[in-house]
This record gives sequence, structure tokens and C-alpha cells, in this order.
Amino acid sequence: MALIELTGIERVFQLGDSEVHALTALDLSIGAGEYVAVMGPSGSGKSTLLNLLGLLDRPNAGTYRLEGRDVTTLSPDEQARVRSERIGFVFQSFHLVPRLTAAENIALPMTLAGIPVKERNVRVARALSGFGLENRADHRPDQLSGGQRQRVAIARATIMQPALILADEPTGNLDRHTGEEVVNLLEALNASGVTLVVVTHDQAMGARARRQLVMEDGRLKHDSGQPAHAPA
Amino acid sequence: MLWADSLQLAVRAITAQRLRSFLTLLGIAVGIAAVILLTSIGEGIHRFVLGEFTQFGTNVISAMPGKTKTGGSPSGLPSSARPLSLEDARSLERLPHVVAVTPNVRGNAEVEGNGRTRRTLIYGVNAKLPVIFRSTVQSGQFLPADDEGSARAFVVLGSKVKNELFGSENPLGQRLRIGGLHFRVIGVMAPKGQFLGIDLDDTAFIPAARAQELFNREGVDEINVAAEEGVPSSIVASAIKERLVARHGHEDFTIITQEEMLKTLSNILNVLTMAVGALGGISLLVGGVGIVTIMTIAVSERTGEIGLLVALGAPRRTILALFLGEAVALSALGGFLGLLLGFGLAQVIHFAVPALPVHTPLSFVLLAELVAISIGLAAGVLPARRAARLDPVEALRTE
Repeated sequence: MALIELTGIERVFQLGDSEVHALTALDLSIGAGEYVAVMGPSGSGKSTLLNLLGLLDRPNAGTYRLEGRDVTTLSPDEQARVRSERIGFVFQSFHLVPRLTAAENIALPMTLAGIPVKERNVRVARALSGFGLENRADHRPDQLSGGQRQRVAIARATIMQPALILADEPTGNLDRHTGEEVVNLLEALNASGVTLVVVTHDQAMGARARRQLVMEDGRLKHDSGQPAHAPA
Repeated sequence: MLWADSLQLAVRAITAQRLRSFLTLLGIAVGIAAVILLTSIGEGIHRFVLGEFTQFGTNVISAMPGKTKTGGSPSGLPSSARPLSLEDARSLERLPHVVAVTPNVRGNAEVEGNGRTRRTLIYGVNAKLPVIFRSTVQSGQFLPADDEGSARAFVVLGSKVKNELFGSENPLGQRLRIGGLHFRVIGVMAPKGQFLGIDLDDTAFIPAARAQELFNREGVDEINVAAEEGVPSSIVASAIKERLVARHGHEDFTIITQEEMLKTLSNILNVLTMAVGALGGISLLVGGVGIVTIMTIAVSERTGEIGLLVALGAPRRTILALFLGEAVALSALGGFLGLLLGFGLAQVIHFAVPALPVHTPLSFVLLAELVAISIGLAAGVLPARRAARLDPVEALRTE
């Protein structure tokens, strides 16, 4: 069974008088454990796709099935629960809370989910050592390097053990070397079974994924996983 | 989300912007301090005034001739109303719950003694007066319980009169002339001080029948009754009324109970205290506006963070609670600071100006803190709702 199934997805934005079709007639299926790169020029709809997959946005038409369950019709609170338990986000600009320490940032999803302090501490300690951040636990984000910040963000994205990680230009704010480290980290997570969807401009990074989706004008232009759908 | 965690996150947000948070909560603190200070002074005055009145006992009931509906006290001039008599006073003595009764005949007269003269207030009363008005005799004794008609010509002097006429000499046993009548001094009252500007020690007490003779008066100005402690004055007052109506045929007198008078006075003073408290409340309102402002700024500044919280699976109500909690924590802290400030200022005033009575009841303190918290809640609602309604996609796009 596919982890993600999109059928007939439409997303239309109202910009003044004109309608912008960010996504048009999108059908997409991603299996559990896949490693997918979404590429395309800016404005092609890849960020909109990522927001839809992350339940931060709702399509105007079409259905989105996550783990076989139609999530487009869920209430906002139920969607919040799905985000909390099944989806992890990694952002280009890290989005760490500046006044919280690395450990507290990593614990934030568990704090929001109401997991007791004891359990939190155990899992944060495990994550800190897993991501090589033991000595940085009490540092605030402005005391961390870019690579360390993104590692904290990835630790935060995985702390709830989600089935799906959505990464939006995860290396966009990093130099080549630290970017490489972060990609290795994400790929290691994928190797452990987590489905990974990465939006990127970077051809080299996109090429590392096992499946490439190329978007243009809100449509899927190329899908390396299903060549039949993509007449070049 | 756990309560303790929400609170901790709110406190972290407040402490992250120390100066800004301090200035905001200072607004609330000043408001609360103003309310506490003003109401403390109001309550102090309240207690002071009531204390002035209750120094004569709280269970005094007075009957005056003439039916007055406005409750003024007679001027001391003889009126055309049918007077209350010494017999009326005596008839009240055996009513239930009545402890003591004295007639009261007042007038102004010249007192001559020891080669000096002083014009002073003369009270014609009986032996029970000290019981009713809680006065104490300093030396000698008060008027004896003589039969009213043949009361001996004794006088008890107020401390001021005694000092003016006799200085440090012992006045006991000395002879005095009051308005032409001869009296012998048998006692001196302990000083009572002033009451609403009237010197209570510039007085002389003589038997009521002698005062009637002195002032050429048929009746008495007033009958003062002390009721038993713990018995409602209204019960005793109605018994007195019944008795006097039975004697006079109809109600041609007025009964004033001190309890009633104090209640009216207390109500007036309460309104006064609330009025000054409301004045302080205006600055509290300004403090509340400060919280709205700072929370609105906080929501704008932390838009990206709000987007993140949504992405991490925070439901709307959690985001609402976080920002509301922040506003409430600000105002509660400000309120607490204001309490300390207001209470401290009240104490400083108390030490600097002992004449100005100051009192801070605990109920005001709790009420003020509650008001501060509700202001925080009210001030936080708009910004917090704005935060909870942000579009996460838009919010995440802002840096």
C-alpha cells in the first residue's frame, strides 16, 4: 500500500483578480520508505505540494490519502494530530525557537503533544547522542553553527518517530560541506525506513534521490519512478 | 499539552525580553499600586471615622423630642415639641435588654471657681453616663445615684475645665458656681480628646434636675440608652418606641440608634473608597492597553514561530493558550509587583504622616490581583486569537 496517494489535486490561489493554478490535476503515489526529490523552477508548485503533503494547506479539489486514510476531510485538530504523530518537517531556515536550548527545541514536538517530562528527557538524550550534539544540549540556536542548527532541526523532526519527513531545501542555507553532512543524515534516516520527500533546487542533491519528480506550472513534468506517466 | 509546560514556555518568552516585559508589567504594577494605595487611604479613613464614633460604644440608642424625619440633632435650644421628661427616662430603665439610661440636658454656662471663670458646655445627666458613653473618671467619683428630684449639687469636671480653673491643684471638694448655682466638685473625668473638632474635655457634668433648674427647662434634650451587647439595636429601639408612645399617646419623639447611624456612615465611606479605587482603575486600564500593544508586537515578531508550532502539530487552542498565558503571566507579575509597591507606599505614608490613617485589607489585595489577571486575560484575547488564526504556510514563509 502506498504511503501517500494524491488523486486529482487542484490548488488555486486568488491573487487580486487573477487565479493562479499552483497545482493542476496532480496524481501522485509515493510508497513507504521511498526517497523522493521534488525539483523544478520557482513557482512550479513544489512548495505548494510540500505544504499539501504536510497538511499545512488544503487542496481545492482532489483527495490526499496518507497511510490509506483520507486526510483532506479531517478537522483542523485531527490534522494537527496527524502532523504531530506522522509527519516531520525540515526547513531551509531551520525554524528553531531562538530562546530555547537545543535540547528544548528537540523536545518541542513532544512538549506540544503532552508527553511527560521523564519520557521526553530519555528520548532527547538519545537524539542528542544520535546526532552528535551531546555537548550542545544547553546551547541556544545563536550559539550553534549552521550545520548544528540543521541537525537540531532534523532531530526535532524525527523525535516523534514520524512515517514521513518533508524537507524544504534542507541544504539551502548551508555550505557544500555541511550540506553534504545533512544530506547524509537524512539519507541515513531514509535507510532506516522513514519516507523522505526533499524539495530542492540542487541538481546534485536531487540526483542522489532514488526517484525524481520534476514540476513545471503546477504539473508533474517528469517522474523517474513512473516513466509511463511522463512523456519526455 | 501539559499545563506546566505551557506556563514554562510563557515565562521563557517573557524572560527572553526582559526590559520590554518589565516595562509592560510596570504599567500594570503602577495601576495596581494606585488602586491599592488609594483604597488603603480610603479604608483607613473609613476605619478612623468609624473609630471616632464607636469610642462611645456601638450600642447607644437616643430618643429626642419632636418628630424629625431628617435626623438632625437638636440645637440645644428649647423647641415647641412636647418635651421628654425625667420620668420618661426612668420608665425606660426596666425595659428588657436595657443596661443603663440617662437623661441629657445640655446648655452653656459660666463656671466660676478658684477665682477664675470659664464658659463651658454643661451636661445634666445621671450616674449612668460613664456606662453608656464609656467614659472613665480620673480622680474622685462620678455623680452618685441620687434620687432625681433631690439630687445633691455635685459637679464632675472634664479634664480641660479642671486644668483651666485649678491647674495642677486638687479640685476635689472645692466649691464652684455655675450660672449662679453652687456646686461641689466630686470628680474629674479622664481626658477623651477631640471628636470631629469638638473638645470632649471642655465639659462639666451635673445632675439632670439641677441642669433643668439652671437652664430653666421643663424636659430633657435627649435620653441616652445603652442596650445589652449583642442584642440588635432595632429590637431595643422598638421597645423604647412602644413605651414612649404608650406614655405620650402618639409618636412625638425621634429615636436614633448608633448602629443605624454607623451603618449609613459606613455605606457612605464605602462608596468613597470605591470611588477612589475606580480612579486608580483608570491607570490600570492604561496598563492593560500596554499589554495589548506588546502582545500584538510579540505575535508579529514570532509569526515564523507560530507557523512552526502549527507544523509541529500544535492545535489552534494550544497556540491561543500560549499567547493568552503570556499576557496573563505578564499582568499577574505586574499585579504582584504593584501590590508590593502599593502596600510599601501605604506603609511609608503611614510612617511619614501618622495622622493620615492607612489600612490595606487582605480582600483588597486579593481582589486587585484578580483584577490584574482578568485584565491580562482580556488584553491577551485579541493578539492570541490573531496568532491562532494565522495561515501556517504564510507564517512559515516569514523569517
